[in-house]
Amino acid sequence: MSVGERTSRILLSTPVLRIGSIFTTLFGISIFVFLVLRVIPGDSIVGAFGIETGVLTPEQIAQLKIYYGIDKSLPMQYISWMQSFLTGNMGYSYSTGISIASLTAKALPVTIELALIGTILGVVMGIAVGTFSARKPGSIRDFAGQLFGLMALAVPGFVLSTTIVTIMANKFHYFPNGYEFVRLWEDPWMNLQQMLFPGLVLGIAVAAPVMRTTRSALLETVDKDFVRTAIGKGVNSRKVQTRHILRNSLIPIVTMTGIQFGYLLGGAVIVENIFSLPGMGRQVLYAITKREYATVQSSVMVFAILFITINVITDLIYRKIDPRIKQ
Amino acid sequence: MKRSPLKPKGGLYYYMQSTSGIVGALLLLFMVIVSICAVFGWLPHDPLEQNVEFAMQGPSTTFWFGTDEFGRDIFSRSLDGMRRSLTVSVSAVSIAATIGVTLGILSGYLGRWFDQLIVRLSDVIFAFPAILLALAIVSTLGNSWYQTSLAIAVVYTPIFIRVARGPVLTVKEMDYVKVTRILGFSSLRILRKHILPNVTAPIVVQVALSLSWAILTESGLSFLGLGTQPPNASLGLMVSEAQPIAAFAWWALFFPSAFITIVVVGLNLVGDGLRDALDPARRSS
Repeated sequence: MSVGERTSRILLSTPVLRIGSIFTTLFGISIFVFLVLRVIPGDSIVGAFGIETGVLTPEQIAQLKIYYGIDKSLPMQYISWMQSFLTGNMGYSYSTGISIASLTAKALPVTIELALIGTILGVVMGIAVGTFSARKPGSIRDFAGQLFGLMALAVPGFVLSTTIVTIMANKFHYFPNGYEFVRLWEDPWMNLQQMLFPGLVLGIAVAAPVMRTTRSALLETVDKDFVRTAIGKGVNSRKVQTRHILRNSLIPIVTMTGIQFGYLLGGAVIVENIFSLPGMGRQVLYAITKREYATVQSSVMVFAILFITINVITDLIYRKIDPRIKQ
Repeated sequence: MKRSPLKPKGGLYYYMQSTSGIVGALLLLFMVIVSICAVFGWLPHDPLEQNVEFAMQGPSTTFWFGTDEFGRDIFSRSLDGMRRSLTVSVSAVSIAATIGVTLGILSGYLGRWFDQLIVRLSDVIFAFPAILLALAIVSTLGNSWYQTSLAIAVVYTPIFIRVARGPVLTVKEMDYVKVTRILGFSSLRILRKHILPNVTAPIVVQVALSLSWAILTESGLSFLGLGTQPPNASLGLMVSEAQPIAAFAWWALFFPSAFITIVVVGLNLVGDGLRDALDPARRSS
């Protein structure tokens, strides 16, 4: 390792640079999002007018370009987008005329609540099944647990959701998502019912990798010397299981949960659409079908910020649960 | 040439030791055969042919998987959909693996600013949920099969960069690589002969896993209406079309879903099998 490399590693490990690198990444993300959605220019006009775009006169098109803010050069468009993103309104949704910031303010809590419920259900299921499997490796129980993990990985969220909707609505005539969405603070009971199935679908997706990680982490820790010592000195087995084995297997589990959170946000796009929850995923898909690039751009940016925040939180949590990780 | 008893056993020998690997390979083989049938058009019915008089029929000897609300044969459509999913996923993963591995090896080997740049770029792409990024890209590119696979390729390239770069960082500091450099071997030769063989194992495993994710992403996009367009058959689209009729025609939902699940299970098991076969530490014998 060269001296330069070593200094940069030391610098990168300090919190200041950690934050600095987060901002560089965010900057990169904003440029990336911006460019990806600019591959074909003028599409907001096609989006708004459809086939009628063909009959517009050049003057009308020029006017529309000014209206949609796509008459300026790319760097200027980027700067004006960033300005409106950072100073608050994030631009306007053309089909509804509402500012994207206020749309997001309504949609984001729904997605965050859904993601939290999904993660909690997923972690609980994953750790439970993983422990259940690891208790007796190679047994029928282990096989059943691993089969659960595999199926949870392989059955896509939209299949699971469609199946749940079909069975619940038609066989049990219970389908809370058929009613208009209510917020947690308006009617918590109804809200939780509406969040239950989508949360469960996302939770199962999270449970699969968490289960696998739990199982292998537990199996690894069981063989460690300190576990043998604990058993040898007569600590009761329940305590060994929780205080010694599970506690020491937590780090890979937390890491995996953090990673899964990102995928879960992606799953939210699909699940929110099936269960008609007015969250960010629905906002993005609606904007995409309407070709409202400003909305897509800002919403995707919000997703990325959310994802990075989760990573930072994950980082903080494992510093907490593993005192060995210190600066 | 006489085989010495000390000659190491081939990868296939170790692969066949793992039950999950064998099961996975069989499932995958089944799906590949099914897709080949669809490529050559060896289907009992035309997947696009509508026949309203046979609409919503259950599985029978004529229509093995039943028919949908337009009387189209779900068996033929599932086969054709599987072909489409595999085409998109295989091309997406091929692009992602080629570009990702090249960039990953180069960035690990060259280091310095190039490495920094590549790592930053992959961090940027990593900051999006896969399906969301694919959605955004498809929405601008369009949704023919090659555009969908391009979008999926962009999403999965950074994973290959990461998988290839890691081992390169370790291997390039090993004594035998340092020696070759002192001996004056060209970088190209060092990369090809000494570094590439050391990164193939994790990459092969990654290919199997990425294929399974690519299939899930592709079917997710089609489900949302941004992948394959009707009337063409795609597994995700078929699930989406089955939504309103699933209560009376379970087969319309069940068979395409089962196809997706089987191929994803197969790929994951193959991935597990490959990991066991290629990792010397996990070999039991």
